[in-house]
Amino acid sequence: MLASPWVTIVWDDPVNLMSYVTFVFRTYFGYTTEHAEELMLQVHNDGKSVVSTGSREAMERDVQAMHEYGLWATMERAE
Amino acid sequence: MSGFTRHRRSGRVIAAFTGFEADLLRSLAGQLVELLRNEAAAPRDPVDPLEAMFDFDGPTTAPEDPVLARLFPTAYQHDEEAAAEFRRFTEGHLRDGKSAAACRIIEDLEEAGLPDELGEDGLMIDVELTEDVAVTWMRSFTDIRLALATRLGIEDGDEARWMALPDDDPRAQAHDIYEWVGYLQETLVGALTR
Repeated sequence: MLASPWVTIVWDDPVNLMSYVTFVFRTYFGYTTEHAEELMLQVHNDGKSVVSTGSREAMERDVQAMHEYGLWATMERAE
Repeated sequence: MSGFTRHRRSGRVIAAFTGFEADLLRSLAGQLVELLRNEAAAPRDPVDPLEAMFDFDGPTTAPEDPVLARLFPTAYQHDEEAAAEFRRFTEGHLRDGKSAAACRIIEDLEEAGLPDELGEDGLMIDVELTEDVAVTWMRSFTDIRLALATRLGIEDGDEARWMALPDDDPRAQAHDIYEWVGYLQETLVGALTR
């Protein structure tokens, strides 16, 4: 199987609540509370986090969904 | 004001607002809808009239208004062409969704008894939301907070700056409203998480 070539990145912003960001990661991606909190803290502390990996189309869906939730998300080729 | 809680028996997400609070929320949601409809979500300079007639696409460049630019971020940071394509296919849909969510808040408040014009004191507006609708409200609270924060220039760790403003400064009042919507959202996330 080929490595997943694209990633969705969520960036830190001074507005979104930590609880809300965790809620979005948990409910949209179906991540466990622990994993969702880990990603949220990465966004908060490091300024950004890769929240999903997959095909270009799948990542476009994820980025659009993040924008629906008001999170600042971008996508790029995985390094 | 105690924010949102989960009603144990019905599972509904409930809150009680004073008439003033409900009116303020309606006004914030209304301003968001205005803004979303304000700057046309379409390419600005169609190449020729015939092409324009068949142009059902969305915009390809980031909105000029900083609030809209934050609500509809550029998806590809290092690929202008891909970013334009993404925007063309998503921004219109995103705008409609955000506008519909804000309208939903207005409708629910009015259905709960908020009159067109606030009259006598003592009016309380009880809202009861299903989980799906509560998520819609929660998303729209985010949009409202992003809009207020962008207009105010909110930054990480700038609390002291806002505290230092005199009470009658309009920015202090706008910041109070921003904090209040944040509090409401925090309780809403809490009610949905339990």
